[in-house]
Amino acid sequence: MHALHPARDQALAAAGAPGGSPARPGPADPKTVLEPAEIGRALTRIAHEILERTDGASDVVLLGIPTRGVTLARRLAERIEQVEGHPVPHGSLDITMYRDDLRLRPARALGPTEVPPEGIDGTIVVIVDDVLYSGRTVRAALDALNDLGRPRAVQLAVLIDRGHRELPVRADYVGKNLPTSRQEVVRVLLTEVDGQDAVIIGRAAATEQRSGT
Amino acid sequence: MNRHLISAADLSRDDALLILDTADELARMADRPIKKLPTLRGRTVVNLFFEDSTRTRISFEAAAKRLSADVINFSAKGSSVAKGESLKDTALTLEAMGADAVVIRHSASGAPHRLAGWVRGTVVNAGDGAHEHPTQALLDAFTIRRKFGRPGGEALDGLRVTIVGDVLHSRVARSNVLLLNTLGAEVTLVAPPTLLPVAVGAWPCSVGYDFDAVIPKTDVVMMLRVQQERMKAAYFPSVREYSRRYGLDGTRMAQLPEHAIVMHPGPMNRGVEIAAEVADSPRSTIVEQVANGVSVRMAVLYLLLGGAEAQA
Amino acid sequence: MSGRQHAGMSPGTWLIKGARPLGGDPADIVIRDGVIDSIGDGAAPAGAQVLDAAGLIALPGLVDLHTHLREPGREDAETVETGTRAAALGGFTAVHAMANTDPVADTAGVVEQIWRLGRQAGHCDVHPVGAVTVGLAGTRLAELGAMAESPARVRVFSDDGHCVSDAVMMRRALEYVKAFDGVIAQHAQEPRLTEGAQLNEGEMSGRLGLTGWPAVAEEAVIARDCLLTAHVGSALHVCHVSTSGSVEIIRWAKGKGWRVTAEVTPHHLLLTDSLAAGYDPVYKVNPPLRTPADVAALREGLADGTIDCVATDHAPHPVEDKETEWDAAAFGMTGLETALRVVQEAMVDTGLLDWAGVADRMSRRPARIGRLPGPEGALAAGLPASLTLYDASARDTVDPRAHASRSRNSPFAGMELPGRVVATFLRGTPTVLDGKLA
Repeated sequence: MHALHPARDQALAAAGAPGGSPARPGPADPKTVLEPAEIGRALTRIAHEILERTDGASDVVLLGIPTRGVTLARRLAERIEQVEGHPVPHGSLDITMYRDDLRLRPARALGPTEVPPEGIDGTIVVIVDDVLYSGRTVRAALDALNDLGRPRAVQLAVLIDRGHRELPVRADYVGKNLPTSRQEVVRVLLTEVDGQDAVIIGRAAATEQRSGT
Repeated sequence: MNRHLISAADLSRDDALLILDTADELARMADRPIKKLPTLRGRTVVNLFFEDSTRTRISFEAAAKRLSADVINFSAKGSSVAKGESLKDTALTLEAMGADAVVIRHSASGAPHRLAGWVRGTVVNAGDGAHEHPTQALLDAFTIRRKFGRPGGEALDGLRVTIVGDVLHSRVARSNVLLLNTLGAEVTLVAPPTLLPVAVGAWPCSVGYDFDAVIPKTDVVMMLRVQQERMKAAYFPSVREYSRRYGLDGTRMAQLPEHAIVMHPGPMNRGVEIAAEVADSPRSTIVEQVANGVSVRMAVLYLLLGGAEAQA
Repeated sequence: MSGRQHAGMSPGTWLIKGARPLGGDPADIVIRDGVIDSIGDGAAPAGAQVLDAAGLIALPGLVDLHTHLREPGREDAETVETGTRAAALGGFTAVHAMANTDPVADTAGVVEQIWRLGRQAGHCDVHPVGAVTVGLAGTRLAELGAMAESPARVRVFSDDGHCVSDAVMMRRALEYVKAFDGVIAQHAQEPRLTEGAQLNEGEMSGRLGLTGWPAVAEEAVIARDCLLTAHVGSALHVCHVSTSGSVEIIRWAKGKGWRVTAEVTPHHLLLTDSLAAGYDPVYKVNPPLRTPADVAALREGLADGTIDCVATDHAPHPVEDKETEWDAAAFGMTGLETALRVVQEAMVDTGLLDWAGVADRMSRRPARIGRLPGPEGALAAGLPASLTLYDASARDTVDPRAHASRSRNSPFAGMELPGRVVATFLRGTPTVLDGKLA
């Protein structure tokens, strides 16, 4: 059985994450487009935007899409709590079972779905993910949310919006807009998961072009 | 994973852990208002039960329906099979109906193997003769893992499991010996010599005839059902003697380590292999095993059917 | 059909050039009027048909002590016609047809019917085996004397398919046949120890969850029967020996000078119970396939003569009796057309037996045990010209669909085996030429 997205991970590992062996500059080399400090600032800004648009985030629930969306949701919750002084419920929403492309690859392992004990009925759910791409992941998340309860409203926060939408989906909060070509792969690295904070863009390996959301 | 789940030996350690971890996630569905996932929408799962078993059939049916699959139940009584239709012809009928998966329970060992040669879909063994019952072993392993607080991704390494009863005729015993061994547990079989296979020494487990000797040194006791008809074939002299030597009563239960749990695949013969007070005690996981069965079977159906078709 | 050609026609004159009798140096075999005229440097007699047999082994016509022709009663599986065709193609010139037909061959009337069917078909001699007990039920002796006196001249009696398990019944049968030099061929299977049994009892049966068939169920009966035979001074033949323990018991009995003979099937010389792993009932047979140690002991026993002969136990079954789950499938494998090839693979090519030994185990001794009239089982001038020509250097994959038998349940399907029967002669008349029915 395969782990989550191994081919994508391998493709970028082959491309080489920055900070590794010295690389000669070339057209296919991965490039860092966001440094750790920039990521931090983007998240802080999003946190403030959430506070503004939800009147103080009094009934907001942040649900991250595994794996890195969960980390981002937690970081956002921390920032909001720092500013407002009260904790923000956050958790995770795995969308594997709701994907529309299930039959194209062997069955994938499930990620965790942890909904805060208060539930989501009547709340403003902010879905959090690392990269917004085709929009299919978000569509699956909306279906999954539907089976969990009935939020008052649903919003979307992403660190990177790389364009190429295939469905009418748009993010309410965006860390950075990143125009890309379909041949490129965008990868978000987070310290809690990958040991460092960075957003990298590089060429996909010949065998695997899929990435992101 | 293979295309089919016929024997617990089909599962590597990683495969087994994947099923258990997936079942962990799916078990949380029980708390949701809508206990349904769209994953197997449009797929057809056929329950082909040649042996009566309401409990297992309902468990598979619930699992398939919670994944939004269409379920067709086929039981042998009163069917064309009862009128002499062969297993092969039944298989061809299912093919014509477009079954994506066939869950089969049959009294003949090897029936799922034969079926797999005649249908294109996935075959899941729900119990074949005395051979195997892999989903039972999976739900037993799942129950043990939860009870002993092992987190996701971890197996059963170092846990001592004792299986007691009619091993010779038990498909549950065979599947459990294989799977528990794969997951790192230490397995001991306890039974009268007449109820152990001649070549059991080659199995990956220890064997003993003395139940009392093993009781203080085990973390899990799994009691197997003993059929009273075996008495007529001289496997043991009387129910009374069997119970006395190999039954789990209150006295024996008191000798178990404090943390030890008692399991039974059901249906139970209260008073024969297990006393009522044991079956109803807090150490007993018998009711949970049933609930866990649905989550585990959902995981199996999802992993076998939910993705692209695996190469056979 | 060749059968009707044979009736009333005198066999022709043949010159078989350059064959190797019993695997020895090439020689020319001249056949005239159904008899071997000479073996040596033959000048072609006038009007002789010539068969170029360069490189081919010449063996006396093979004699099978144990075949199921299924007629009367199960003609959907095999008939005397189709079964004897298969026999000829396998190099056989005589087969003993077992009695578990429907009706059972337990009267002079039924055995005579089978004997006549064999003569009509004309592909090989059919010697019916008479049942020991009425209906194979094990409770009452059949009319053994009447069967012995019938035109079928029955000498071998067997309840094969069932064991004569009652000790008194077996004793009486052994005693009774002394009157006409008959022999009881026992299917050794203690019934209570094998109730519902499916596969050799061992590691495999435990793993597969199939009811085990313990070796002792065969060995205990053989031991008892050898002792009975000695006690009453009769003759015993043990069918399809399958375990190393059985071989030891027979060796012991022969060492005592008791009149015990034994046969082994080709499949027990080559196949083991590990083949059952996929639950394909083509490997389901009575007695069951056993372990590699048993195969080795059987080969050794055949090589040293403890086991007297190879007998096919050819057991054809229609597709629906084999294309099921294991428990529901019939027991048995076909074997007439592959027998000699399997023996070459298991015994000759492994150096355990030479071609002279094959002639002894597959022709001379079975003819003697079957008490066949007239000299059979040898190649010499003056003897009936029943022989087979065999190409030991050929090699191909076994395809049961090409078999003459009506049934396809061969465990060797898809296996590469050496050898090919090129021609078979029955008392000077060819039944098989160039690998096809003549």
